[in-house]
Amino acid sequence: MSESEKPVTLEGYYKLCKIIFGVILLAIGGMIWASFLPHFGWPAKVAIILAIAVVNAFCVAGYLMHLLSEKKLIYTVLMFTVFFVIGLFGLTLWAMTDFPTGTAVH
Amino acid sequence: MEIPYTVQNRPDTGIYNAKLGIWLFLASEVMLFGGLFSAYVLLRAGAEPGMWPHGWLNVTLGTVNTLLLALSAITTLLAWAACKVREFGKFKFFHACTILLALSFLGIKSYEYHDKFIHYEIALNDGTFADGHLEEKSADFDLKKKTGTVTLLGHIVTDRKELMDLRTPEAKKAEHKPIEIKAADIKKMQNYGPWHNTYTAIYFTMTGLHALHILGGTLVIFYLWGPGSRMWKTDPERFTNRIEVSGLFWHFVDLVWIFLFPVMYLT
Repeated sequence: MSESEKPVTLEGYYKLCKIIFGVILLAIGGMIWASFLPHFGWPAKVAIILAIAVVNAFCVAGYLMHLLSEKKLIYTVLMFTVFFVIGLFGLTLWAMTDFPTGTAVH
Repeated sequence: MEIPYTVQNRPDTGIYNAKLGIWLFLASEVMLFGGLFSAYVLLRAGAEPGMWPHGWLNVTLGTVNTLLLALSAITTLLAWAACKVREFGKFKFFHACTILLALSFLGIKSYEYHDKFIHYEIALNDGTFADGHLEEKSADFDLKKKTGTVTLLGHIVTDRKELMDLRTPEAKKAEHKPIEIKAADIKKMQNYGPWHNTYTAIYFTMTGLHALHILGGTLVIFYLWGPGSRMWKTDPERFTNRIEVSGLFWHFVDLVWIFLFPVMYLT
């Protein structure tokens, strides 16, 4: 049964939303804090910030979009999407060093 | 004619048709924004050392916008939950909040865009660069005829790279004061619009597309809050499903911003 088919109470959702908003606030604060960290190079900062962003995104997708308790068909659609997005990023990154033979590289 | 499976779940998919439709649409949206994010990675990784901007955007405004969108995602969920428990008044309240939060987001974004359009970088004939916000243009200012003057509230640097990272101690110390520049001394003058460099190009493309999604979502939510809410009286279950579908889109828009904010403002 998907989340949208479970019995809904507003009080339950008030409680959930308070927790989610608290986590989002912490995540935003964490990202800003990480961006100002001294003695850290940009690659390390970017990795920390994106890791926090992923946690933030998990809360929104998992709880607000009810993805944690959805139907199998939706997971299947999303698995295909993830596959193609990884392919999209992979091809782009691969193409960065893939110059056609005989072309000058500046 | 009755449209099938607007309320009941289809036996083969297990969900109502609109829900499958919105998830397929969101999958295509992931590919659209995924393409732009990969373009961002390509541009950033390919930038010459020291030439990728840092600190060009106002983190405070970006943070406020992030909070506004997070709050609007929550009011959207509560609007749907209010429909589920048949509390129409609360639905109206929560979705009115969503609309106000969305309009506030767009207002702040417009202010940020305006700030970039009045921010100029001027290459001077002596090899230096004046950078700052446009204060005044004299009535006879004409760059082609080399007449008149322009006044910026900013500072002058000798190396363009000094304008790239505004989070360095040196950049923070820079004193911004009115600078009057004669048109005859100007080699090139350009604002920080999308044409300025690859950073502003990808910034305006990605945030602009996102803002268009916010605008579209706001229009749909406004319709469902206003004239579209008449369906509540005739078919509340179907109306609730419409709120769920529009809410899924809205959460997706929030998800995109969750990555846009750190990528553009913080890194």
